[in-house]
Amino acid sequence: MITFSDVSFSYPDATAPTLSHVELSIGEGELCLVVGETGSGKTTLLRAINGLVPHFSGGRLSGEVSILGRSTREFPPRELADIVGVVGQNPAASFVTDVVEDELAYTMENLGIAPDVMRRRVEDTLDLLGLHELRHRPLLTLSGGQQQRVAIGAVLTASPRVLVLDEPTSALDPAAAEEVLGSLTRLVHDVGLTVVMAEHRLERVIPFADRVVLVPGGGAQLEVGPTAEIMSASPVAPPIVELGRLAGWSPVPLSVRDARRRAGPLRQRISAAPHPVAPSDHVDKGGVVGSVRRLTVRYGEVVALGDVDLEVDAGEVVAVMGRNGSGKSTLLNHMAGLRAPGSGRVRVLGTSPSDVPPRTLISLVGLVPQDAGMLLYGESVADECATADRETGLDPGTTAAVLGEVLPAMPPDRHPRDLSEGQRLALALAVVLAPRPPLLLLDEPTRGLDYPSKHRLVATLRKLAADVVGVVVATHDVELVAQVATRAVVLAEGEIVSDGAAREVVCHSPVFAPQVAKVLAPEPWLTVDEVRQAMEASSSHA
Amino acid sequence: MTIGRRRSPGRPGLHPAAWWLWAGCLAGAASRTTNPILLAMVAAVAAFVVSARRTSDPWSRSLVVFFRLGLVVVVLRVVIEIVFGDRVPGHVLFTLPQVPLPSWAAGVSIGGPVTTESVLQAAVDGLRLGVVLMCFGAANSLASPYRLLRCLPAVLYEAGVAVTVSLAFAPEVVMAIAGVRDARRLRGRPTRGVAGLRGMAIPVLESALDRSLQLASSMDARGYGRRVAVAARTRRLAGGSTAVGLLLVVVGVYGVLDSGSLPAGGLPFLAVGAVLVGYGLGASGRRTNRTRYRPDRWGAREWVVTASGACVLAGLVLASALGVPGLQLEVYPLHVPTLPLLPTVAILVGLVPAVAAPAPRRSGIDRPGATAASSHRLSTEPVGGAA
Repeated sequence: MITFSDVSFSYPDATAPTLSHVELSIGEGELCLVVGETGSGKTTLLRAINGLVPHFSGGRLSGEVSILGRSTREFPPRELADIVGVVGQNPAASFVTDVVEDELAYTMENLGIAPDVMRRRVEDTLDLLGLHELRHRPLLTLSGGQQQRVAIGAVLTASPRVLVLDEPTSALDPAAAEEVLGSLTRLVHDVGLTVVMAEHRLERVIPFADRVVLVPGGGAQLEVGPTAEIMSASPVAPPIVELGRLAGWSPVPLSVRDARRRAGPLRQRISAAPHPVAPSDHVDKGGVVGSVRRLTVRYGEVVALGDVDLEVDAGEVVAVMGRNGSGKSTLLNHMAGLRAPGSGRVRVLGTSPSDVPPRTLISLVGLVPQDAGMLLYGESVADECATADRETGLDPGTTAAVLGEVLPAMPPDRHPRDLSEGQRLALALAVVLAPRPPLLLLDEPTRGLDYPSKHRLVATLRKLAADVVGVVVATHDVELVAQVATRAVVLAEGEIVSDGAAREVVCHSPVFAPQVAKVLAPEPWLTVDEVRQAMEASSSHA
Repeated sequence: MTIGRRRSPGRPGLHPAAWWLWAGCLAGAASRTTNPILLAMVAAVAAFVVSARRTSDPWSRSLVVFFRLGLVVVVLRVVIEIVFGDRVPGHVLFTLPQVPLPSWAAGVSIGGPVTTESVLQAAVDGLRLGVVLMCFGAANSLASPYRLLRCLPAVLYEAGVAVTVSLAFAPEVVMAIAGVRDARRLRGRPTRGVAGLRGMAIPVLESALDRSLQLASSMDARGYGRRVAVAARTRRLAGGSTAVGLLLVVVGVYGVLDSGSLPAGGLPFLAVGAVLVGYGLGASGRRTNRTRYRPDRWGAREWVVTASGACVLAGLVLASALGVPGLQLEVYPLHVPTLPLLPTVAILVGLVPAVAAPAPRRSGIDRPGATAASSHRLSTEPVGGAA
C-alpha cells in the first residue's frame, strides 16, 4: 500500500539528513503507529507519504515514496487527495472554509463527487464523529477537541484509503480522545482503512496499534515491528509498558486488560508495603498566594465560568482538569491578569492581576500559554535570555541561570523556532520564572512533549513546589496529574464539580484514572515510580 | 449538477444572493435621495430586517460595525465642510478665522463664516453615504460573504477561493494581534503606545505568514487545483473567446452609456460579447471537475425578498423621474423636510423580508463548548467580540 524504498531526506540548509535510507512498507488495513522523541523526524516521515515533503517543505528527497502505485515524484499532493487524507498537528491551520458542514465537504467538492453522495457522506461523518450538533457552527468558535474532530472528519468524507494523522489526540481530553480513537479503529476494522499515526501520548494509542515504527532520530535506521516487541525496548514507552518492564512481564502488556490479568502477584506483593505518601500530605502550606472568588465570565450568552471559587496555597500543585471547552484556559487567563473579571474577584497576593502594569505583573504571576512559542521572539536562545533580563530589569544572566536549572545544555545560538517542543517549553518556563513569581500557571504544558521532556517538567514542577511557589496546571494529561499534582479540580461547563486531593479525585473517576491505578486498583498506587518504591520496600522487608 | 432525477435539498436559510440584492437595492435607493427622513427610514428598514432575520453567527454582528462607520462618515463630512467648505450664503452659525491662501490655491478656502445651510447639506451628504454603508452592513449580517462566494460559477471558483482566504485573513490577524498582546503582557512588556506597536508588528506578520503557508499546503493536500486533462486547442479557444468577448462587452457598455457614438446604441456588441464570454467561461469551467455541496437554491422566497428590494429602488427612481417634491433636501429657505408619499410607501415595502424570509436558526453559539473561540488560543474574546 505505502512503500518507502531507500528514502533519504534533508531539509534545505540542514547539516544532517532527517531521514536516511528508510525502507518501510505499510500494508492495507494496518494501524501503524509512528513513535519517537520530539524532533526525530516523525512528522517528516508522515508528510512524505502524500508528498507534502518535499513538494511544500523544500529540501532534497532521494529514493521513492509510492502509495497504491503512485509515486510522489510524479503526483503532487493534490493528485493524491483521493487516496490519502492528512490531518496535521494544528487542525485549525488547515481549515479552508468557515462552517463545519462546508469544511467536511471541501475535499469532496474538489474531487468532483456527486452531490447526493456528498450529502450522505457528510451526514455519516457527522454521526461517526459525533459532530451533528456542530454542523452549522462557524469553525472559529470550536474548541480544540472539536476542531480536531472536524479536521479528521474533513478528510474522512473523501473516503481515502489511507489516513495520516499527526498527534490526533494531543489536544483532546481523555474522553474525546477515546471517542476519536474508537472511531478510527472502527474504520480500520470495518472498511479496512489504513491508518498511519504519530502520537506522544502512547498510553492512549498503544492498544490500538498493529505495528510500531520507531524513529530514533538523527537519521538512524527505523525500527519496525509488532507493538509489543518494539515497546519492550523502546526509549519512549507509556506507563503500562514501564510497569510491565518493572515487573518483568514478557511480552510487555499493551492494554489495561492485559496488565490486570497478570498483575495479581504484583498486587499481592506490594499490598504489604507502606502506602505511598500523597504529595499533599507533606506539603508545607505557606499561605494563600492566589484566590478566585465567585468568578463569572460570559462570552455573549455563553457562560464560560460560573461562580468559580478557587484558592491556591504556596507549595501546592493544583491540576485543573475537565473536558475541552470547560473553561480551564479562561480560568488561567483571568488568574494571569490577561482579562479583567466580568464579575467576581481575582487576587494574587492581595493584588488584582488585571489592574497592574505588565512590569509588575510578571513578578506577581507567570503564565506559560498552551503554545509556549508565543512567548518567544528572540533571535536565539542566548538573545532571548538577555532580552528577558534587560526588558524586565533583572540582573544580567538571571534568565540563563534559571534556564540552566530547568534544562541544562541548551544550544545558546539556536533560534527558538528550531527548538524541539520540550526545549521551547523549557525556555518559555525559564523566561516566565526568572522574575520569581509566587504563582505559576501552565496551560496544557505536555501537549507535544515526549516522555523524557515530560519527566524533566515533572522534576521542575516538584522543585518549584518545594520552593513554595503555587502552581496551577490546566491539563488533560492524567499521567502528569498522577505524578505531580497535590490537588485536582475538575471543571465542567464552567463550574467546579470536584475539588480535592489529586489522589482521590483521580482514582474515583474512570475517565481520569492513570493506567497504573487502573491496573493495581484497589491498591492506591498511581505511578510506576511509586510501585518501584513499594517493590523495594517490600523486598527489603522480606 | 444533480445526478439522477431527484433534486437534492438545498441548505436552510435564504439564498445569500437574495439578501445582497435586496441590500444593494436599498443602498441604491438611499443614494437617490437627500431627504434625511427618507434616509433614516431606509436605515431603520435595514436595521429592522437584520434584527428580525439574522443568525447568531459571529458575522451577524457586523451591522453595528457598519453603523459606527456610518456615524464616523457623517462627523467627518461635517468637520471637513466646516474647515474647508464652500462659503455658501445663509444663516451664519459662527465664523472660523480665515487662513489666507496664495492666489494659485484659488477655489480652496480654509476657515471663514460657517452657515447652517452648509452644515446641514454636509450632514445629509454624509448621512447618505452612511446609510449606503449600513445597507452593506446589513447584507453582511444576513449572509456571510463566504456564502455569497460559494455561488460563483465553477470557472470563477479559484478567484473566489483567493477572496475567501483573504477574508479569513482579517479575523486571523485580529486573533494574532490579541495573542501577541497577551504574550507581551505575560513577558512584562508594554502593550500600548509606539513601543508596544513596534514590538508587535513582526510577530503578528510572522504568524500570519505561517498560517498562509499551512493553509496552502492543507488546500493542496485536500485536492485544491486538480485539473481534468483538456486538449490544448480547447483551452486556447476558451481563453481567446473570453478575452475577445470581454473586449466587446466593454465597447458595448460604452455605446450604451454614450448613446449615438455606436450603431444601435452598441447593443449588438454587448450581445455578441456576452455570448463569447459565456462560451469561454463555460469551456474553461469544464477543466475543473468540481461539484458543489448543498448549493443554495433560488425559490419563491428569494424572489419575494429581491422583489421587495427592487420595489424600494423603483419607487425612488420613479419619484425622482416624476420630480416628486421633497425627495431632495432644500435648504433655501430652511424648513423641516416633508415626507413625500410615493418614496415613503416604497421604502416601507423593503420591510417585507422581515416576514417573508425564513426565520433564522438560533443555534449558532448556544453551548458552553462555544467558549472555545479561544480557550485554545491566547486570546479569549470570540472574534465577533472585537466588533
